[in-house]
Amino acid sequence: MEYTILILLLPFLSFILIGLLGTRLKPAAAGAFGTIVTGIVAILSYWTAFSYFGAGRDASGVFPTLIPWNTVWLPFNGSLHIDLGILLDPISVMMLIVISTVSLMVHIYSFGYMKGERGFQRYYAFLSLFTMSMLGLVLATNIFQMYIFWELVGVSSYLLIGFYYTKKEAIAASKKAFIVTRFADLGFLIGILIYGFYTGTFSFTPDAPALGAAKALLPLALGLMFIGGAGKSAMFPLHIWLPDAMEGPTPVSALIHAATMVVAGVYLVARMFPLFIGYAPEVLHVTAYVGAFTALYAAVVACVQSDIKRVLAFSTISQIGFMIVALGVCTSADPHEGGLGYMASMFHLFTHAMFKALLFLGAGCIIHAVHSNEMSAMGGLRKYMPVTHITFLVACLAIAGIWPLSGFFSKDEILAACFDFSPVMGWVMTFIAGLTAFYMFRLYWCIFWGKENTELHAEHRPHEAPLTMTIPLIFLAVVTLFAGWIPFGEFISSNGQAYHIHIDWNVATVSLCVAAAGIALATWMYMREDRKVADGLATKFSGLHKAAYHRFYIDEIYQFITHRIIFACISTPVAWFDRHVVDGFFNMLATVTGKVSWGIRRMQSGYVQRYGIWFLGGALGLTVILLLI
Amino acid sequence: MNILSLFPAIPAAMMLGLWLSRNIRQIHAVMVTGSSLLLAFAIYLVFAYLGMRADGQTAEMLLTDSHIWYAPLNIHYAVGVDGISVAMLLLSAIIVFTGTFASWKMTDGTKEFFLWFCLLSVGVFGFFISLDLFTMFMFYEVALIPMYLLIGVWGTGRKEYSAMKLTLMLMGGSALILIGILGIYFGSGATTMNIMEIAQLHNIPLSMQRIWFPIVFIGFGVLGALFPFHTWSPDGHASAPTAVSMLHAGVLMKLGGYGCFRIAIYLLPDAAQELSWIFIILTTISVVYGAFSACVQTDLKYINAYSSVSHCGLVLFAILMLNTTAATGAVLQMLSHGLMTALFFALIGMIYGRTHTRDIRELSGLMKIMPFLSVCYVIAGLANLGLPGLSGFVAEMTIFNGAFMVHDTFHRVVTIIACTSIVITAVYILRLIGKILYGTCTNPEHLKLTDATWDERLAVIVLIVAIAGLGLSPLWMSGMISDSIVPIVSHILN
Repeated sequence: MEYTILILLLPFLSFILIGLLGTRLKPAAAGAFGTIVTGIVAILSYWTAFSYFGAGRDASGVFPTLIPWNTVWLPFNGSLHIDLGILLDPISVMMLIVISTVSLMVHIYSFGYMKGERGFQRYYAFLSLFTMSMLGLVLATNIFQMYIFWELVGVSSYLLIGFYYTKKEAIAASKKAFIVTRFADLGFLIGILIYGFYTGTFSFTPDAPALGAAKALLPLALGLMFIGGAGKSAMFPLHIWLPDAMEGPTPVSALIHAATMVVAGVYLVARMFPLFIGYAPEVLHVTAYVGAFTALYAAVVACVQSDIKRVLAFSTISQIGFMIVALGVCTSADPHEGGLGYMASMFHLFTHAMFKALLFLGAGCIIHAVHSNEMSAMGGLRKYMPVTHITFLVACLAIAGIWPLSGFFSKDEILAACFDFSPVMGWVMTFIAGLTAFYMFRLYWCIFWGKENTELHAEHRPHEAPLTMTIPLIFLAVVTLFAGWIPFGEFISSNGQAYHIHIDWNVATVSLCVAAAGIALATWMYMREDRKVADGLATKFSGLHKAAYHRFYIDEIYQFITHRIIFACISTPVAWFDRHVVDGFFNMLATVTGKVSWGIRRMQSGYVQRYGIWFLGGALGLTVILLLI
Repeated sequence: MNILSLFPAIPAAMMLGLWLSRNIRQIHAVMVTGSSLLLAFAIYLVFAYLGMRADGQTAEMLLTDSHIWYAPLNIHYAVGVDGISVAMLLLSAIIVFTGTFASWKMTDGTKEFFLWFCLLSVGVFGFFISLDLFTMFMFYEVALIPMYLLIGVWGTGRKEYSAMKLTLMLMGGSALILIGILGIYFGSGATTMNIMEIAQLHNIPLSMQRIWFPIVFIGFGVLGALFPFHTWSPDGHASAPTAVSMLHAGVLMKLGGYGCFRIAIYLLPDAAQELSWIFIILTTISVVYGAFSACVQTDLKYINAYSSVSHCGLVLFAILMLNTTAATGAVLQMLSHGLMTALFFALIGMIYGRTHTRDIRELSGLMKIMPFLSVCYVIAGLANLGLPGLSGFVAEMTIFNGAFMVHDTFHRVVTIIACTSIVITAVYILRLIGKILYGTCTNPEHLKLTDATWDERLAVIVLIVAIAGLGLSPLWMSGMISDSIVPIVSHILN
């Protein structure tokens, strides 16, 4: 399967080519080139998946891990070296499908969405760069390769968030995204250093003796790596960059900040799962609590946001929380004995990528139609945009977890895993699932039903998006409709053995009821033209509403830390100290030298009489001293 | 004659050519021919060196040659190269070549400027090929003196003050080096000045080493921007003309790191092991302190100068770890920082040449006005903050891994502290990019400015290709360097 190297090389070449030619290339040519390359990558990915899973399980009943290509890139010493290569195992192949599918859809969609935009070529170059980096991340054969591509996805995300680089908010958002994730990556890097040093390898599967030697420090190393993952996957309190990242073009939000890059942290934990389970189960459970808190926090905030993309951003944070929780509640590697969460998490990652990309692309169509992100500019759009309306509804039902859409199946497995872990966790997550249904349908009713903003719509009549934009929507909606029926456990499970998914109807009934209740509440509150109940609640609990609207002031706290503490209390004094104390010392040295020479200079007056006096005085002084002694 | 002698000989010949030149075209012709020759020769040397190693030549130094020129003190003109010096020679040749193109538009006193520039190159190249303590010191001085005139005459801003400060501080460092060299010479029995032979003798008593090690290390450390002796750097770089900043930050500061490694640590290994902790603390401070200071600067060159303090601090930090991986990282970092900072200074010079300001508060929205320069600035910034695929990442990761291999809590803690610089670097680089390149241009005067001309493009592209080349396939360079570091480190530890 050496051809898999093309999956990385083609997007890289496309980036270099479009990047170097730049505006010398016609926009359409750049777009077509990027799209065709991504199309080839998608075909190669499907073919890889087909032949990988088609080859079947080996004698021990698992899909073998293949490394079709590997090379030493940078050696450190005898045993430690950074390799670049390609690793195929069930989760990397699954990610391959997710990334290439969503990336292809976004490439096609962007034709319509970015049409006539200045920097169209640059946009496609960055998309290629991102696709290459993300694929390299999931195909990594070792933790350091993962870190390399981890940084590269970070920078592609930075470049794409800041795509509208003349806009103040976009500049600030891109900077924030990069710096917050960089800060988290510091933890990742130190984790890698510890891991590499104690196990003597960067490989994901060190030998047993090496692991035995590293046992004491593995929890620390894995915990630090999780900080890196939490940064990319927007876990509380490192989530602050993601809502701001919505300043980027909407298709970018769909690709990077909903479907692929933000699940890198989940993928990292899944990748290190055997080590987590074997050597640091307590760290794994900490991740579950972090994930659960994040899911709750983000769901609450999502209920009151007024910007469509921000609702979706918080919804993404919340859903990633679900995936992290699912991994965190695993207590063993056996899917029948507490290892169900692993499969559930990967399943949810897959289905979520499809329906969340669909939601963002749908949001893109809406924004394209009304030229605003604010929900107040929308309302009653169902009659103008039928395709968007239907596909958006499908995605909303899926994320709310309604049978038989894909979200129902994956969320059900997660909830079952949570109930296995502890009833409290199970009920908390079920409650959050209900909140999800509520805020998604709040969004749905406010956009497509409810009171129409007639002045705005009269001025500029909303219209359905062009075909290049609706085809990806329809494709993703179809996937969302049927993906739940994929026998996911047959391909991916925590110990690699085939696992037959069965719906736990006790859990499913509860979660369906809760979801239905959430939808019903949202319908009652937001479907009608006047929103007495919603507005009434907002005024009654105005403190809470305001706090949630301002995301519980976490951003303000960060602002305070960066500006008031880091800049004002560290950098400025350090710079002052450098100029006035350190440099001042050397300047003083120079001044003193100058002054002293000036003083001594006066002794060289040239007057013979003065020299004579000095001479006599000295001789007398010496005589007196000699006599006294 | 040994072929290595061509390195100082070519710039010397260029000086002669410049002296005979009558007009700007002849000056340019001499400079382009000479610097291209140097570059071609440096590239040839890399291949020749690798070829010789592949043929199984295992001596520590290759292409060695020695001629006595002052018998009473055993001073030889002794030359030879290993992987480290080959890498440094390549770096110097690239910077001299690009520096020539970056000062293409110079109008006042072009001839004299290039004369001093070539003299400086003679010193730099001579330093890297020398194996004799005294000859090395002599070339070191040859490299420093022209700096005073280059900054004092062709500089900007408070140029006299900066030139004086820079020269005096570096001279102070040289005085220490001279004392240290004499100490080493007499300490080892006053029979030879040859570095390799002194290392072989290895007979300087520990009590003497304890005195000479800090003296030599600080002496070279001044040039390597060791805290607190770095303060010449911000003023010096800010006042220097473009090509001089490039050569100074790109190559001259590497003389400091190279000297610390080749003389202080290699010749005084026992004291180095004993006293390294003091300097590790100082260099860790340099790394973090430089980065924090860079965050609040408003002059482009000051930002870059403090960034250099931080990155060169990492070089000294790494060589003090006394292991092969970290030392390899140090040399990679010298290369990487040399290329990156030269690129930065070149771009800053080009921007300054157009806008006549380096104050970031007065610049904005340059991306739309000069896209080529701006994109290159972003690339330089990304290299600086250690993006994989560009040279900075390779060097930093080698250093951090190497430093982490030292088994004790002290080294672990300082390594983690030094690692934080990657975050702070991101802060000041992105702040800068956001302020000057992005946004909309507020100054109507700037709207009329033009993008890079061919000579500027050539200089910038050569540097970017080198940065990306090192960053994308570091294996051959890191292999060449670490092969030469293995014997040095095993000598230090025994």
